[in-house]
Amino acid sequence: MKVALFATCLVDQMFPAVAESTARVLRRHGCELSFPPGQVCCGQPAFNSGYFDDARRVAASLLAALEGVDYVVTPSGSCAAMIHHHYRRLFEGDVARSAAAQRLAERSYEFSQFMINVLGVERLDGSFPHAVTFHPSCHGARLLGARQEPLTLLRAVPDLELRPLERADDCCGFGGTFSIKLPAISAAIADEKLRHVTDTGARYLVGTDLGCLMHLSGRLQRRGVAVEALHIAQLIDRAQASGAS
Amino acid sequence: MQPDVRREDLRARSTAALNDGFLRGAVGFTVDRLSAAKARSSDAFGNWEAWRERGLEIRAHTLANLDFYLAQFANRASEAGARVHFAKTAAEARRILLEIVREKSARRIVKSKSMLTEELGVNAALAGAGCQVVETDLGEWIVQLAQEAPSHLILPAIHKPRHHIQTLFEAEAGGKLAPDTATLAGFARQRLRREFERADLGITGCNFAVAETGSIALFTNEGNGRMVTTLPQAHVVIMGMERIVPTLADLDVMANLLPRSATGQKLTTYLNVMTGPRRTGELDGPRDLDVIVVDNGRSRILGDPEFRDVLGCIRCGACLNVCPVYRQIGGHAYGSVYGGPIGAVLSPLLEPSGPATELANASTLCGACFEACPVKIPLHDHLVQLRRRNVAAGQGGVAEALSFRIFGHVFSSPRWFGLLGRAFRFVRRRLGRNRSDYWARFVPAFAAWTKYRAVPEPPERAFRDSFEEGSQ
Repeated sequence: MKVALFATCLVDQMFPAVAESTARVLRRHGCELSFPPGQVCCGQPAFNSGYFDDARRVAASLLAALEGVDYVVTPSGSCAAMIHHHYRRLFEGDVARSAAAQRLAERSYEFSQFMINVLGVERLDGSFPHAVTFHPSCHGARLLGARQEPLTLLRAVPDLELRPLERADDCCGFGGTFSIKLPAISAAIADEKLRHVTDTGARYLVGTDLGCLMHLSGRLQRRGVAVEALHIAQLIDRAQASGAS
Repeated sequence: MQPDVRREDLRARSTAALNDGFLRGAVGFTVDRLSAAKARSSDAFGNWEAWRERGLEIRAHTLANLDFYLAQFANRASEAGARVHFAKTAAEARRILLEIVREKSARRIVKSKSMLTEELGVNAALAGAGCQVVETDLGEWIVQLAQEAPSHLILPAIHKPRHHIQTLFEAEAGGKLAPDTATLAGFARQRLRREFERADLGITGCNFAVAETGSIALFTNEGNGRMVTTLPQAHVVIMGMERIVPTLADLDVMANLLPRSATGQKLTTYLNVMTGPRRTGELDGPRDLDVIVVDNGRSRILGDPEFRDVLGCIRCGACLNVCPVYRQIGGHAYGSVYGGPIGAVLSPLLEPSGPATELANASTLCGACFEACPVKIPLHDHLVQLRRRNVAAGQGGVAEALSFRIFGHVFSSPRWFGLLGRAFRFVRRRLGRNRSDYWARFVPAFAAWTKYRAVPEPPERAFRDSFEEGSQ
C-alpha cells in the first residue's frame, strides 16, 4: 500500500522523531512510504487566528504537494481535521481547489484512524510493559471523530496497562495561538489536565497531536513532573522495537 | 478602544479570576455538577441527537420566518388582552418600560431572572426613575445585594461561595445567620415574600413566546416567577424578538431540551404558560399585561447569514458548563453581559464595535460548546469567523498581520521553510540553547510561552532533511 506521510510543520521541524516513528510503524505494517517534498503545513495557525488569505496560500500549496497520492497519513488529528472540515470553507467559490480539497479529504487519515480503519490492525507486536494514560485531543476526537481508534490501538499493544483519565475529554488548554494570547488561562487549563494525569500514576501520557503534547510536556517539564508525553506512534514504535513479545 | 487595550483588559480580568481560589472552586464544582447531570438526563431520555436535530430545525425554521411568527404572536397576544410593544434599541425598550411604570404609578417592582434586562440596563433605568427594584430569583438577588452582575446565564451567583452569601444576607438581616442552606434560603424566602406582597409591578423575561397562541412561557425553579406574574397588578414581559416558537408542540420540544441541557432536570419545576392578563371571573394573574419585544441588534444578526443561527440559542448555559476557559475564569472575566462561549459569540454580534470583539480569542476552539449545545450552534466555527472579522477590521494589529503574512509566504514554500528551519535551529543551538530567556526578550510570543512552559529543544535535523524513500 502506497502511503504519503504528511509530517506537519511542527513535527517536521521540531519533533522529527515522531515522523520517524510513524514511518517505521507504517512500514512494519506493509506500507510503502513517501514524503512528498512540496508539503509544509495545513494552514491551521493562520486559519484559526482569522487570517484566511494567508491560510489559503499555505493550504493551496499543501493541496498541490499531496495531489495524486493514494493515501495521506498524518500524526496529527488537528491537521487532519483542518483538511477534512475547514478546507471546504477556506476554498469556497474556488471550484478547482474545492474539488482538490475534497479528493484530499477522502484520502487523508489521522495515524490511529488509518491503522485501525484502513490497515485493520488488531494486534501489535512487541511489548510496552508500562502504565499509560491517554488524552484525546479535541480536534481529533470531536471534529474528526477519532474517539475509539487511539484507544483500540493502545489496547492492541502487548503488556501495556491503559489507565483511564478522569475528565479525559476536557481540552488541554493549548488552543494554538490561544496558548500565547491568553497564556495564564492556557496554563491553568493544562494544570487541571495534568492533575488528572498524575492521579492515574501512569508514567506516560499519550496523545495524537503534537500541539497539545508540546504544551503539556512543556508544562510538565516546567513543573518538574516525571511523566513523559509521547505521540501514539512513538509508543507503538518503542513497543515494536523492544521486540520482546 | 485599541485591540491591545482590549486584550490587556481581558488578561487583567482573567488573571484576577485565576487568582481567586473561591471563585474557581465554586465555578468548577457547580459546572461539573451541571454538566454531569445534563449527561445523565440526556442519556436517560434517549435519542438525544435526534432531539437536538429537532431543536435545531424548530429554531432555524422560526428564524427563517421570524417576521411571520412575530406578527402572529403579536396579534394573538393582543387578542388575548396584552399590549405588545416593539423596541428597536435598548434605549427605546427602557423608555417604553418607564412609560408603563409611570402610567401604573408603580414604585415597588419585583423581577424574575432575565438576562435581557441585564443587556438593556433595566435596573439602573428604574432606579433612576425612583423605583425600588428587587430581584427575586435567589441567585439574582444575591448578585443584586453584592452589587454585581450575573456571572452565568442560569446561575447568576455561581461564583459565590456559601460564606460570601452568608455575609451578604447578614448585612441585609442586620444580624447573625447560620450558614446552612435552610437558614439562608429561609431568610431569602421571608424577605422576598414581603416584596411580592407589596409590589406594584412585576417584570419577567421570556423563555419562549408561542406564536399560535400568543402565550409567554416561563421556566423557573424557585416559584418566584409565579409570584412575580400573579401578585402585582401589572406584569411586564421583556423578550428578545427571537424568543418565538411557532406552536405549543414546538414548546414541548424546548421544554424537554432546555431543562435537561441547563441543569439535567427532566422538567423545570415551574413551567408557566401565560396567555393574556387575568380574564373576567379568574381569581389570579395581573390586571394588565404588557409585552416589550426587543430588537437591540438582533435584526442585524438575523440578516447575517453567517451568524443567524446564533439567535437560535435558548440560553440553557450548557456551553458555559463545558467550556474549559469559562471553567477557569468564570463569567465576569468576559466583561460582557453574556459570558462563556455563547457570550464570546453573541456579545460582539450585538455590539460590533464594542470591546467584546476581543472575546473571540478567549477560546481554545475545543468544540465542547458545540457538542453541548441543544440546538447545535457551531460556536467553535463562529469564533473563528469572528476572529476573521476582527482581522479584517485591523484588530489583530500590524505585528500580528505581518507575522501571518510571513507565515503565509514561508509555509507555502518548502524551500524557504526548509532553509529558515535550518537557520533557526543553527541559531538556537549556537546562540540560545537552554536560554529561552534570551529569546523571550525579543519575541513577546516566545515570552508568553516560556512564562508557563518549557520550550522543546530543537532537533539536529528536520524530518524533511533525513527522510529516505522506500519500504524499510
